[in-house]
Amino acid sequence: MSDSTRAEHSSDHSSEHSKSPLPGYFAVFIALLIGTGLTVFAATLDLGAFNAPVALGIATVKATLVALFFMHVYHASEKLTKLVVIGAIFFLLLLLGLTMTDYATRLWS
Amino acid sequence: MPDSTVAGLHHQEIQHPELLHHFATAEQQRNSASLGMWVFLATELMFFGGLFCAYLIYRHWYFADFAAASKSISMPLGATNTAVLICSSLTVVLAVWAAQTARRTLLLITLAATMLLGLTFLGIKGIEYRQKFVEHHVPGASFSFDHEEIPGHPGQYANPSHAQIFFSLYFVMTGLHALHMIIGLGIFLWLFLMAWNGRFSPEYHTPIEIGGLYWHFVDIVWIYLFPLLYLIDRHA
Repeated sequence: MSDSTRAEHSSDHSSEHSKSPLPGYFAVFIALLIGTGLTVFAATLDLGAFNAPVALGIATVKATLVALFFMHVYHASEKLTKLVVIGAIFFLLLLLGLTMTDYATRLWS
Repeated sequence: MPDSTVAGLHHQEIQHPELLHHFATAEQQRNSASLGMWVFLATELMFFGGLFCAYLIYRHWYFADFAAASKSISMPLGATNTAVLICSSLTVVLAVWAAQTARRTLLLITLAATMLLGLTFLGIKGIEYRQKFVEHHVPGASFSFDHEEIPGHPGQYANPSHAQIFFSLYFVMTGLHALHMIIGLGIFLWLFLMAWNGRFSPEYHTPIEIGGLYWHFVDIVWIYLFPLLYLIDRHA
């Protein structure tokens, strides 16, 4: 019995380490640096009302890359971890979204 | 029956000393620790979320004054700090990988590099704060933001009391972030000492993973702080 669990484990490990994660890490790193450059560049352009959405969009792509690959959410074996991440983002958006729909529509003020 | 006892003893023998008795396997223990850290990070997200919410409301109300105030903080320093933190996130994932693959020297180097980059970030932050003190942009009795033009509206000046709200949010948000960086430096110093004493192995490196999650989270907060605080209406 212990042998079978051990065998399971070692096969688990070998599949985890069969290909190196390093190229992926460096690709994400380069993408994050490019994203930073892009944000700075986009801020110098006059996009009218779209300056803020573009800046926040790039930031969200960068944050997603960090969470998925550097924080290993993408490869998380525990589904509960993914649920906590999604739940946290959901409640943050609830806080920001509902507050701003209130403040942004107070036409009488 | 005696067979299973022997198997049980054998199982005890091969398990790692760091495996606590209430977990079945090392993997289960790792997953539980990481889940607990994620729950903590969820509370941190709401903690910073309140400040982001306050920022959004005031930015919505006093956009022109926020744009003028944002223009007075150094964008090159902020962008450099963003790059510094991204580099430190890379050294953190490399540290986790080094621990997983039993590369002790690389682990020590990457942990030390993370601390060095963290200190660089705080140093640059300090230069920025100093500039704000010199320019009297720190909220309080000596605050002054007179005759600062609103970007794109020549001849129109920002309302100093509205600009002061921007600087209050700037100092609270970057200050709370810097406090997290200082705590992160303490965690990484502890990780470095543990790694120096050879406490980590491919079977047991949970503290590095957990500390790494914290560091990446602090990086993500900065990824949002940089465009929101430094890059309001820069084009004009």
